[in-house]
Amino acid sequence: MDTERTVVPAIRDALVAACPVVRSADSAADAIAGVVPSFVAFPASTQEASALLRAAAAFDLAVVPRGTGTGLGWGPPPSACDLVIDLQAMDQVIEHAAGDLVARVQAGATIGHLASVLGSAGQELALDVPADATVGGVVATGTTGPRRFRYGAPRDLLIGITIVRADGVVAHSGGKVVKNVAGYDLGKLFSGSQGTLGLITEATFRLHPRPAAVAWVTADYGPSSLGAVASAVASAAGSALVPSAVELAWSAAFLRMGVLLEGSESGVAERSGRMAELVASAGGTPVVARSEVPFRWFDLVPAAGAPAVVVRVSFWVSRLPGVLEALAAAGASAGVEPVVSGPAGAGVLYACLEPGVREEDAARFVLVLRDALAVPAGSGPRGSVAVLAAPPAVMKAAGAFGPVPGAALMRSIKDQFDPGHRMFPGRLGGS
Amino acid sequence: MTTSTEALVPRLREVCGPGNVITDPLELRTYECDGLTSHRSVPALAVLPGAASEVASVVATCAAAGVPFVARGSGTGLSGGALPREDGVLIVMSRMRSVIEIDPVSRRAVVEPGVTNLSVSKAAAPFGLFYAPDPSSQVVCSVGGNVAENSGGAHCLKHGFTVHHVTGLEIVTPAGELTWLGDGTGVASGYDLVGAFTGSEGTLGIVTKIVVKLMPLPEVVHTLLAAYATTAEGGRAVSDIIAAGIVPAAIEMMDALSIEAAEAAVHCNYPAGAGAVLIVELDGPASEVEAELSVVRAICEAAGATEIRAADDPAQRAVIWAGRKSAFAAVGRISPSFIVQDGVVPRTSLGAVLARIASLSSEAGIRVANVFHAGDGNLHPLVLYDDAIPGQEAAAEEVSGQILDACLEAGGSITGEHGVGVDKSRYMPKMFTSADLDTMQLVRCAFDPANLCNPGKIFPTPRLCGEVPGRRRAPHPAVAAGQAEIF
Repeated sequence: MDTERTVVPAIRDALVAACPVVRSADSAADAIAGVVPSFVAFPASTQEASALLRAAAAFDLAVVPRGTGTGLGWGPPPSACDLVIDLQAMDQVIEHAAGDLVARVQAGATIGHLASVLGSAGQELALDVPADATVGGVVATGTTGPRRFRYGAPRDLLIGITIVRADGVVAHSGGKVVKNVAGYDLGKLFSGSQGTLGLITEATFRLHPRPAAVAWVTADYGPSSLGAVASAVASAAGSALVPSAVELAWSAAFLRMGVLLEGSESGVAERSGRMAELVASAGGTPVVARSEVPFRWFDLVPAAGAPAVVVRVSFWVSRLPGVLEALAAAGASAGVEPVVSGPAGAGVLYACLEPGVREEDAARFVLVLRDALAVPAGSGPRGSVAVLAAPPAVMKAAGAFGPVPGAALMRSIKDQFDPGHRMFPGRLGGS
Repeated sequence: MTTSTEALVPRLREVCGPGNVITDPLELRTYECDGLTSHRSVPALAVLPGAASEVASVVATCAAAGVPFVARGSGTGLSGGALPREDGVLIVMSRMRSVIEIDPVSRRAVVEPGVTNLSVSKAAAPFGLFYAPDPSSQVVCSVGGNVAENSGGAHCLKHGFTVHHVTGLEIVTPAGELTWLGDGTGVASGYDLVGAFTGSEGTLGIVTKIVVKLMPLPEVVHTLLAAYATTAEGGRAVSDIIAAGIVPAAIEMMDALSIEAAEAAVHCNYPAGAGAVLIVELDGPASEVEAELSVVRAICEAAGATEIRAADDPAQRAVIWAGRKSAFAAVGRISPSFIVQDGVVPRTSLGAVLARIASLSSEAGIRVANVFHAGDGNLHPLVLYDDAIPGQEAAAEEVSGQILDACLEAGGSITGEHGVGVDKSRYMPKMFTSADLDTMQLVRCAFDPANLCNPGKIFPTPRLCGEVPGRRRAPHPAVAAGQAEIF
């Protein structure tokens, strides 16, 4: 069958009819982990995105939504990709209702642009995510940072969403008021869905006032003082001083925990002093300091590059000492030296393996860790070990998630929203 | 009892024990409504399972027979979400009421669904912790019901709703299978089923265990009451507080009519002659709260407060809250019947919408008392009527619907915390397009394709689910590797 000469022009015509800005994909710039799409379309509105997805459905095209692409390399590559829908032409902050602490934003707007609009009113979207990422990408990947501890993930700040289904139907849920329980919350389902259920075109967020003052309290330990640092993390996280972040960073060369306090000038000064005392009294002989400089793990790593493998470990905080020991043991068993960091006080850590790690070692690290942290059958789940980024061979050998509670329901949801399995096929552990 | 439900009785007695299956019509009438008494329907039978496995067996039995079922917690819901089906089984969760575990270091508790909201905080208090969502019915309402409704409460302005405090759920699916959703920590691997389930009003399954976050008790709590001549003045204070970058734990307002009712009911001794009372609560570290308190006090004064009272000990704070907490029940003192609405408006539209409510009220000759969560724009207009006067109930219904229209026109919602249930499903098409409702029901189809789990709630028109053949493009590597984790 001569698909090149007959079908491809028909597809192109249909896509262009739906959305004027469509081009052939560039085999280098548009490839996703080696998978090269045929077309890239740049819708300027939800209507154009809807028309594009109708055309894609008519021609049975596999579709990958894209923002600025900062997260595209995380997670499994698509098993097929005919059309990339690039949201960067939809880059507007549609409405910033400062008095209501609410903003409605097009999915292709960058976090940096949104921050500059909100900042002029002394407000912010309380997520610590890269400025060059798009709003839609952050929601779709569920990206979080240190302040996850206090403000949660994108799903916790998202109050309304507009999506386009795989069949092109446009749907909304939520609205632009914070308190709202009318109907199912599609925003929760689409947060972290990685583009596999449909295309996010607009998001409405709850905002927070920017704090007048911030301070970090940090404590440095000898790299083997795992018990003491775990105790400090738990004390900080459980204190009534209302920290905004309780972070941990750990490698062969350093072990540090840090607590972010936000509030008024006088309040932060007073609270950070008390927090420093609390941390110092939690055990060990840490060097405790106070600073306004953000505490970032990658500042501790000389010449930090993009890690080859990122493993997310979630846990109940009371298990933190065991988690740290399991990370050390899994590293020793696999012959790798992970750099571990993250919002430990919120029960999340990321273990990163550097580029050049042997794939079988990385897979072994994940499997040993997962095994060590498994809870006995019969008790409820107490955490998980997920591979967020890794070469395909590591994903294949270790599995992205291990056993997932409710996997059958997730399959049903995927089948309902995307019966042809055309939305980012292969991305979320399934195809 | 219909033939098909009657046939289930022996099996259900076997599962739950003979004493826990209710078939007596008089006893069944106890369950004919929830907190919204205007909708009544006697279930064909009621069962009171004592364990998650029993819930699973009950649901599996219903599913196999094609009999609809409805779960009920304490029955305090205000939207008819737990309204039984005459042709169905009511599954009453009140026997499953243990706090299974408290892990103070992790700040997590695992509870059964029949546990009352307040008893979670009571169990956590010895560890210096509490469970933040606090619906007004917290003394009796169940955590399972809170999950179904995504309940809020006065303090959700700062601390969030139930969905922000639930990190794992064990549920019985509408097919009768017991499964966990989420990994227990609030981090999702794959789709956020905990988020999707919470607030689904009992239509996606029945929750059997709940993992909740606990928060450290605040160091200090200050409550401030400010009296105003009008709600407009009080509203200005609210806007100024938010504009000052302060997020109080709660900001509540009552108008003259609701103050009158509260005085009659609980003698709350609010400032005499006040046209509006504003209650602002600040909680957190002492150094922050004291700084905020002086700002809030200055703002309240500048907005024209005729009197300000402040309290920082539990007994004094309770005195301030007494009138507000009694408000719904108190209007019974000034009106034989009333409808509680739950509309939400953007905070900045509060003044305009309150003025609109006042004119709707005077045009129709129907009194409306306003009690509301001013900080998040969640109005609770109490539409008063006398059912002994012909036509008044219909007029009150009319005003009630017009108030929701006004909320939607302002960019708000028909419900902030009570849920849609049976009561507001007819208003859903005013807020959502048919495509929106159709898309939401894809979720319903994924969980409950047979439409047996609390049918007839939320959506005005059910969607036919049909069989959706999943067509995979290629076997995923994990499948090839024999991993059973795909979805």
